[in-house]
Amino acid sequence: MSSRPELQAPPEIFYDDTEARKYTSSSRIAEIQTKLSERALELLALPDDGVPRLLLDIGCGSGLSGETITENGHQWIGLDISQSMLNVALEKEVEGDLLLGDMGQGLGLRPGVIDGAISISAVQWLCNADKSSHEPRLRLKAFFGSLYRCLARGARAVLQVYPENLAQRELILSYAMRAGFAGGVVVDFPHSTKSRKEYLVLTCGPPSLSTTIPNGKGEDGESCSDDESSGDEENQTVCISDRHRPRKKQKINKRGKAREWVLRKKEQMRRKGNVVPPDTKYTARKRKSRF
Amino acid sequence: MRMLTHNMLSSNIKGVTNGFPLRIEVEKVVEKQVEINHDFLRNIFPKIDWKAFFDASRVMGYAELPEEAPEPSVLESDLEFLRKFHHALLELHLEEGALVCPETGRKFPVNKGIPNMLLHEDEV
Repeated sequence: MSSRPELQAPPEIFYDDTEARKYTSSSRIAEIQTKLSERALELLALPDDGVPRLLLDIGCGSGLSGETITENGHQWIGLDISQSMLNVALEKEVEGDLLLGDMGQGLGLRPGVIDGAISISAVQWLCNADKSSHEPRLRLKAFFGSLYRCLARGARAVLQVYPENLAQRELILSYAMRAGFAGGVVVDFPHSTKSRKEYLVLTCGPPSLSTTIPNGKGEDGESCSDDESSGDEENQTVCISDRHRPRKKQKINKRGKAREWVLRKKEQMRRKGNVVPPDTKYTARKRKSRF
Repeated sequence: MRMLTHNMLSSNIKGVTNGFPLRIEVEKVVEKQVEINHDFLRNIFPKIDWKAFFDASRVMGYAELPEEAPEPSVLESDLEFLRKFHHALLELHLEEGALVCPETGRKFPVNKGIPNMLLHEDEV
């Protein structure tokens, strides 16, 4: 079974009481979530004037990201589809208001009232059709459309996502652009499988200087171990063009690829229906140097 | 749910053109003390729909707000008004009750302070 929660069950069912409990008991989950929300807030780039803003937390879950917002002195409204997760948030007595709602049905907020939105690991859920009535494209359209409407002009939305593949990322991004957002994807630690994190940084309104997207962390081989993840500011670069993971290196021993490996590959090719030379005693032998 | 959130929420049902403001049905109101922040109040004030806010605070049992929206200049000096505004906006919580869509009459129940805004399939 896949480890991706999106492939296991719909969010309101996957995040049941047991799963929600993990978000209070597991310090690892809490640490990752807090780090992600801190980075999202940083990318949100609110003006640094000490005035608390009204932010929206989409997929707030147990309120871990909300706590980060509160620590930064802002007010927030959180939306989540899982009652169990919201119950955990209630127990923790988070400062923000909580709403039980489905982002794929649109946000249901008045136009232009929100100063910024963050979302941690939630938007990729929209790409799944969990009910017969669900149509991912319509749900993405409803979500981004309503998000665009409720944000104030010039406000930003930072959505941390785990797209399953290239097509999903393109799909999410294209619907964000269609709704009128400007912006793009910021990738932190693009060469790491574990620390790699993607953020959609979207700005309401037409492209301008303020909509240039910030740099990703850890592009130039910067270490992404936990203690160094604060990173070297100067080494940051945008990595839109380099979003693909580095391909895994094939293990080759000193004598080259072994005979079994070659035979296996030839067998595979035969099964595909390709024309493959017959196996002989010369198969996978090295050529003489004088050749 | 605070009145701040109520003032931002509107009904999202398909075909509803004016889903704001949601009517409040009160079963239980609680008050929670929150530290006052003048900057936040000044920042949020232009975004508040005063009529909806005034009506909501009345329903919640708080009658000390002026019916007419005050001039923004009041926010600079009148500490007494700021305190009332702060109390109604952030300290009054609708704990149990319902929000009612003004056009269709659809009820969104509020349990433990969390409004259930999930729509049925035929409302999307």
